[in-house]
Formats: sequence, C-alpha cells, structure tokens
Amino acid sequence: MSISAKTSGNGSELNISIEGRFDFSSHQEFRKAYEESGMAPNMYVVDMKEATYLDSSALGMLLLLRDHAGGDEAQVSIVNCNDDVKKILTISNFEQLFEIH
Amino acid sequence: MDTVEPLKILIADDSNSDRLLLKAIVQNQGHEVVVAADGLETIEVYTREKPDIILLDALMPRMDGFEAAERIKAMSGEDFIPIIFLTSLKEADSLALCLEAGGDDFLTKPYNSVILKAKINAFNRMLKMHHTLQQQRDQIIVNNEHLIQEQEVAKRVFDKVAHAGCLHVKNINYSLSPLAVFNGDVLLAAVKPSGKIAVLLGDFTGHGLAAAIGAMPLAQTFYSMNAKGFGMKEILQEINSKLKDILPVGVFCCAGMMDLDLREKTVEVWNGGLPDCFLYRQSDLSYEVLPSCHLPLGVLSPKDFSCETQMLEMLDGDSLFMWSDGIIEATNPAGEMFGEQRLKTVFEEHRSAETLFKELEGRVNSFIGGSQRDDDLSVVEVVMVDKEEFEVENVLSNHKSYQGPMDWGMSYDVRPDTLREFNPLPVLLQILMDIPGLRSHSGEIYTVMSELYSNALDHGVLDLDSSMKSSTKGFAEYYQLRSKRLGELQEGYIRITMDYRGDDSNGLLTVTVQDSGKGFDISMQTDNDYKLDGYSGRGLPLLKSICNSVEYKGGGNEVEVKFQWSYNDSRKLA
Repeated sequence: MSISAKTSGNGSELNISIEGRFDFSSHQEFRKAYEESGMAPNMYVVDMKEATYLDSSALGMLLLLRDHAGGDEAQVSIVNCNDDVKKILTISNFEQLFEIH
Repeated sequence: MDTVEPLKILIADDSNSDRLLLKAIVQNQGHEVVVAADGLETIEVYTREKPDIILLDALMPRMDGFEAAERIKAMSGEDFIPIIFLTSLKEADSLALCLEAGGDDFLTKPYNSVILKAKINAFNRMLKMHHTLQQQRDQIIVNNEHLIQEQEVAKRVFDKVAHAGCLHVKNINYSLSPLAVFNGDVLLAAVKPSGKIAVLLGDFTGHGLAAAIGAMPLAQTFYSMNAKGFGMKEILQEINSKLKDILPVGVFCCAGMMDLDLREKTVEVWNGGLPDCFLYRQSDLSYEVLPSCHLPLGVLSPKDFSCETQMLEMLDGDSLFMWSDGIIEATNPAGEMFGEQRLKTVFEEHRSAETLFKELEGRVNSFIGGSQRDDDLSVVEVVMVDKEEFEVENVLSNHKSYQGPMDWGMSYDVRPDTLREFNPLPVLLQILMDIPGLRSHSGEIYTVMSELYSNALDHGVLDLDSSMKSSTKGFAEYYQLRSKRLGELQEGYIRITMDYRGDDSNGLLTVTVQDSGKGFDISMQTDNDYKLDGYSGRGLPLLKSICNSVEYKGGGNEVEVKFQWSYNDSRKLA
C-alpha cells in the first residue's frame, strides 16, 4: 500500500495515486497527501490505476477528502478504476458525489 | 566528567582481598556496595538488599556462583537483575557455563576499572530500558482491560437499546455475530401497529466503538418511530438526518430496509449501499435482484437525501434476503473471496425455499473452511407469511389501569401541502393510543385509520381508480400516477373528526373522514359492498369486520365508523 501525491497546473490540480489495497491502514497517509500538499488546488484527482481493492473505510476517506475540498462545491474525480473498485463505488452510489471514470 | 547515577551493587567473592579491591573500585565510581562471601550468603543479601547489579565470583564455597546465579534468576521472575561473573577462568567452556547459568556477562581478573565502569553503565542502560518496557507493557495491559470492560458496558447498553426487537419471529432467519455491533453491523426488526413488519440491516464504516456509536441513535429512531406507526420513508429520512448530524464526515451506514405488508402481500424496499438484495420467488424458484439505488445513510444532508422506495408484490413463501458485504468478501484459506457469482449459484442451484437459508449458511461456512471465520457475516431472510397465522403466533397486548382521556372530540383538516409531504396517521394514532383501552387494539385501529385515510386520499382527493391495481402492470402504473397527482396537487382536503367516550371498562370511538373528492351516490350503497367504487375488494369488508358500523354519508365523500371496546370482551360488543 502506498500513496503518492503530486500537483500540476501551477498547483491548481492535486493528483493522488493509490497503490495496492486502499483501506483503514492508509488513513494517515491519505490524509497527509491532501493536507500537506501546501497548495489550495481547485481540482482533485484520485488515481486508482494501481489500486486493487477498497473497503468501506476507504469510502469514508474519500468523503473526508470531498469535505476538505469544499463539500458540495468540491471537484473530486476518481479515475482509472478497475471493475472491483468501480463495483464498490457503484454499490454506494458514489457517482452522485464524485466524478468516476 | 560524566556524572554517575549511583546504583546498589552486590559483590560476591570468597577471596577477601579480591572483594575489597573490587569494592574499592566500584565505590570509587560512586556506587553503593553490599558484599557476600559465598553462594548462600549471596542469595541472602540479594533477598535483603535488592541490588541493581550483581558481580558474582564463579567458584565459591557452600554454593558456587553458577547455582547462585540460577537461583537468583529464578527468584527475580520478570524483573531484570544483571549478573556479571567474576572469573579467572580462561577456557571457553567455563565462560559459556557462566552465561548458561543465567549470567549476562563476565569480567576477567585482574580487574580493569575502565572496562568495569563501561559494563556497569551498559547494564544500567539495559536496566532502564527493561524498566520502561515493563511499565509500558503494564500500561498496555491496563488499557486493554479498560477497553474490554468499556466494550462490555457499551454492549450491554446497546443490547438494551437495540434489543432484538422481533427478530425471534418464525418468518425471520438471520445470522449475526454476537459482537456484530463492534463490526459495525446492526440488524433490527419491529412489528408496526398496522401489523407490518419492518426490518433494517445496517453496516457502519469502520470497526470497534467508532462503528458502534451510530448504532444507538439508529436503533432508537427505528424502534420508536415504528412503534408509533411511521412509514418507512419518514423513518429513513429521520435516521439519515440524525446520523448526518452526529457522525463525523467519513463515517456512515450502508443499509437496507424493508416493510413487509402481510395483508396486502407487498414489500417496500430501500437499499442504500448494501450489496444487491435478492427477492426469492417460491413459485418458480427464481430470484429478482434489488440493487442499491441510494447513497448510504448519514452521507447526504436531509434536502438531498432520497428515500424513494420500491414497492414489490410478494406471495406467501417468497422471501427477501439482505446481507452486508461480509458474505461476499468471506475469504477461504487460499485468499479467494466467496464473491457474488458463488452467491448467485447457491440461489440458482437450490430447489426448496424452506431450506435456502441453511443451505446458504452452510455453503459460505464450508467455503471459508479452515480459515479464520470472519465475524461480520450478517445475513437476514424475511419470509412472507399468512397474516392470521403470524398474529396468532405473536400476540402483542398489555392492559394498564390508567384510564387516559375519557370524553373528548377533535377535528383535523389536512390540506394539499400537508397531504403531499406528511403522514398524519402517527400523530392521530398517538392521540388514540393514550387511551389504554384502545391500545390493545392498536393494530385494528391503525388498520381502520390508514384504510380510511388512504381511501380518502387515493380515491377521493386524487381520484384514482382502484381497479388499476388488479394487474401487475397496473400495480406499478397506479403508484406512478399516484405520486404524479400528489406532486401536482393544488387543492383538496381531508377532514378527520374523532369522538371518544368511555371509562375503564369500555368505550366508543367514532371517526368520520370527509374528503374533497366527488364521492358517489350513496343510495347505491347495498349489500354488494365489493362493487362499491373506491374500495379495492378487501377494503370495505375489512372495515366492517373490525368496526361495529360503517356508514356512508352526504355525497358519498364522507364515511363514519364506530368502534367499541370492552374490558370483558377484549374485542368488541356486537
């Protein structure tokens, strides 16, 4: 499990990449990724390309990110989801809160 | 100069000169010294003085250093007492023997004060580390005991709040770990005054106490609102806004809820974040998949929350299955998950509705096999059964000597904005349930009130034709048209008038419901009740079977019923 973050577009976009299992053990690391970016991006992208699985705590963490990014005004997209990850996001109807690709 | 922390050091040596020499060196380094001249004395002094470090000669009379070391190590238990052997032995075997006997190090004669000092310091550091570890371990033990105790208290409180409700009834089968609340799983069931059975399966994010906190308000809201006769949508709305209010962002509850109507043979379902629920049809052993259509409870603010439910027909023997993701994620020793496909296979291969639940449980358990059983396998099956049989098996009534309000009347008008958004029955029912004599008839009273109200609303104010409901297709259309007309409603009213007179042994309730609909020609009111416009077959005969009288008035848009109860005859006077 590892999480890395990088900014682009002059700091207007923060890209967080998840690798491996995305569950409660990544709580601290995930939070650090967006809290310590030192920027105020207006667009967040969570890249699930290397993520194998996520559990309900991960869904909670995504909600925390959304809250951090401005709640209902937040622009957070979740990209490169594999079928398992997509299924979990769909069951919880997270497409109503995030842009999911 | 480094300052030395004074330690108490025991020096055991049978040679007076060696002992004195060593004592001088050690004292010179700032430590307190106690001495012994043989093995037995060493043990005595150790017991009395509790030194920090022992410098022990290997060869001594009465008892040698090896034996003394072994005994002292055994006596010290989990305390760490460093023993440094003093020896002139050069052979590797003997040195090894010192360590085997429990020695921690050795010092060869003649003594080098620099090395001795370094060794004493090193052991002092180890002593401190050992001490810290011990303290931390003890702290962890205390904390853990605390945590377990807290969980036990929390569980006792929770069990009271979320008492199993009516999970024991015959038509509910379930599997739930006794500590499920700490896995975040909650299963609740209640019988409403109307006789409907409400069941909720919830799965909170996270584990432990954090997952358990939300279960309390959830259970309390579920039970109190069901007891008051609120509908599923109102209950979901209330639970959602309560959880949204109190839970931190990121903690929410995936949940499925159903209201089973034994009389109408329907089930109302809402799924927010649980895996697909299955509705199993006994007649052709098929199943219908009810996917999650909503965000979990506690995520959206009340204005965005959708409590849109699905209404399905369900015949006796059909059953509805709900589960948390635990069953799909149940893992075998090879690390494979049980998965959706295996779940479907169980349903597709199985040939008898009655044994399906056991079969499912068995398959999952044999799949997990030797691997550690996950405790969060929560599954519930609710079977549609005959209403009369259910009521006979589960009698619910209680008498109290309090008489309640004895002589009163009231009128309650419900206008479009209220008709659209609000269900007035719980409020009215609460007033009626303040009369102890009526309380044991709560189911019948609820049936009468809801039958009168929904008839006035559907066929009076909204002018819907009940014959639509006779086909499955029409059934869906009926509910669509109903919600459309209700949404567009601009004018109309329902006026409910209640009048009660009674004492502690009997009483008479008169309810009149008038609506703004077009009514019908009441001169047509004949024995052939079934043909009466407005009531779909069972409605009017049902009212007549419960009430002492049912009478249409005015332009047919007004109906008056009388319900009499008596203490001696727990049902009614003819």
